[in-house]
Amino acid sequence: MPQSIAEKILAAHASQDTVVPGELINVRIDMALANDITAPIAIDLFEKSGVESVFDPERIALVPDHFVPNKDIQSAMQVQTMRTFAKKYHIKHFFELGEMGIEHALLPEQGLVLPGEVVIGADSHTCTYGALGAFATGVGSTDIAAAMITGEVWFKVPESIKLTYRGQLGKWVTGKDLILYTIGDIGVDGATYKVMEFTGDVISHLPVADRMTMANMAVEAGAKCGMISPDEATLDYIRPRAKRPFECYTSDPDARYAESKTYDVSGIEPQVAFPYLPENTRGISEVGTIPIQQAVIGSCTNGRIEDLRLAASVLNGHTVDKDIRLIIVPATPTVYRQAMAEGLLEVFLLAKAIVSPPTCGPCLGGFMGILGPEERAVATTNRNFVGRMGHTSSEVYLANPAVAAASAILGRIGSPEEL
Amino acid sequence: MKIEGTVWKFGHNVDTDVIIPAMYLVTNDIKELARHCMEGVDPTFTEKVQPGDIIVAGKNFGCGSSREHAPMAIKGTGISCVIAEGFARIFFRNAFNMGLAIFESSGVFQGIQEGDRISVNQDTGEIVDHTNGKRFSANPIPPFMQELIQAGGLMSYLLNKRRP
Repeated sequence: MPQSIAEKILAAHASQDTVVPGELINVRIDMALANDITAPIAIDLFEKSGVESVFDPERIALVPDHFVPNKDIQSAMQVQTMRTFAKKYHIKHFFELGEMGIEHALLPEQGLVLPGEVVIGADSHTCTYGALGAFATGVGSTDIAAAMITGEVWFKVPESIKLTYRGQLGKWVTGKDLILYTIGDIGVDGATYKVMEFTGDVISHLPVADRMTMANMAVEAGAKCGMISPDEATLDYIRPRAKRPFECYTSDPDARYAESKTYDVSGIEPQVAFPYLPENTRGISEVGTIPIQQAVIGSCTNGRIEDLRLAASVLNGHTVDKDIRLIIVPATPTVYRQAMAEGLLEVFLLAKAIVSPPTCGPCLGGFMGILGPEERAVATTNRNFVGRMGHTSSEVYLANPAVAAASAILGRIGSPEEL
Repeated sequence: MKIEGTVWKFGHNVDTDVIIPAMYLVTNDIKELARHCMEGVDPTFTEKVQPGDIIVAGKNFGCGSSREHAPMAIKGTGISCVIAEGFARIFFRNAFNMGLAIFESSGVFQGIQEGDRISVNQDTGEIVDHTNGKRFSANPIPPFMQELIQAGGLMSYLLNKRRP
């Protein structure tokens, strides 16, 4: 029976030959992830269960990235809970400050999530790893507590949607623009419960970092996963990093899909998602005059070295508008060091941006760049809900790193072409 | 079993950031979370809501983050169940795992108004609006998920199974 990549991975992890969409199955997991917001609930439930050991101390990742460096006493206590738990149960992958990065940039970079694996995370953007050909999805804290005991998780086998991208990408058009364009087309519930499978010539030529940006935002269309079958580019990324053996699965040409769509993306512009939903997208030329007070470049969506290089290429030789605060957040310590080695930090500081340590802080309105009443920000992050970055009357506009950098210089949302 | 209560109505795409804004995600205390429930969309909600009340909403309820604090905050206010045209998948999963009753039913967003008195029969899925007499039927809950509810959530289900 022809199978999609998602079905093949799930079947292999359920010790079945095949699986059928709609079927409820129990699958073995290769990695379970939680952060400083979601881990404490999972840890509390685990401790109350009376179980004395975790299923595998090497297959649990605890990443205190959301409110760290600790923003207040309560967040410090959340991380203490994680640290104590990690020591008590010999959790190998607890990331202390200095090694800690934004989870969905960090785990791929460290070779801890691999093609063909099943990964669950108590964080909705766990779907990022689908870009590497893993079945990876967000779950809740209770799921993580249960998985830390059993090493398994229950799933309803999802249907898949095949999204094929054809054409030539224009200058300044990135993976971020492809996924915003797609969400603008299918809506924030356009793929609910389903797998978005990205394919086509455009995807084959897309750098792995951009693929991760696309898979990362699959959840903004309601999807369970965003997946790309591994190819040479995937293997070039994975081989030097992989900490375990892995297996690559690809979709059969005649796999069944709930829906198939083909986008010719030759003419599309950089996209901007207006408040208060990621589906409210417009091409950059249709934005009009939107003055901003803040720009944020970073996050699990766009905080990788490729994103910082793109931002630096725009900022080089410019200064941000005097009324604008530009916050740049390298996603991991490795990205930070690389940005330093390549001279990108110099470009940022000369442009009068600030460079933050790795943290999710500003993206979810935690700290490190909260918006006040009626302030507007352009951000390379993934959500622009009401109050997402601060006050409920503030506004977030989602864009790619080049547009965010150009907007910081212009003082309003605009294109690098305007500089 | 029947749930009966007064309706609080919300729109489409109610996200977890408005259900419980991120600044409050520094505690597991369900009562503290409940104090800020729905603050992002209606800051006065927690002053008005009464134990036993029911939330009715449109499509894609609970979209966004995986924070289990969202169903916890709702449960903590004493809301007896949430009925929506549809739920985002992580919220849906979390609600069953942690024991918040939720029902998917088409037509409720148009057919039920704020302040209406409604009842839900958990066994048959029948929803009755006693204020306007309209009836709706909730999508059936798959047998495995019914087992989760009967056990009192995923952890109890799991631990019951592991006991010899």
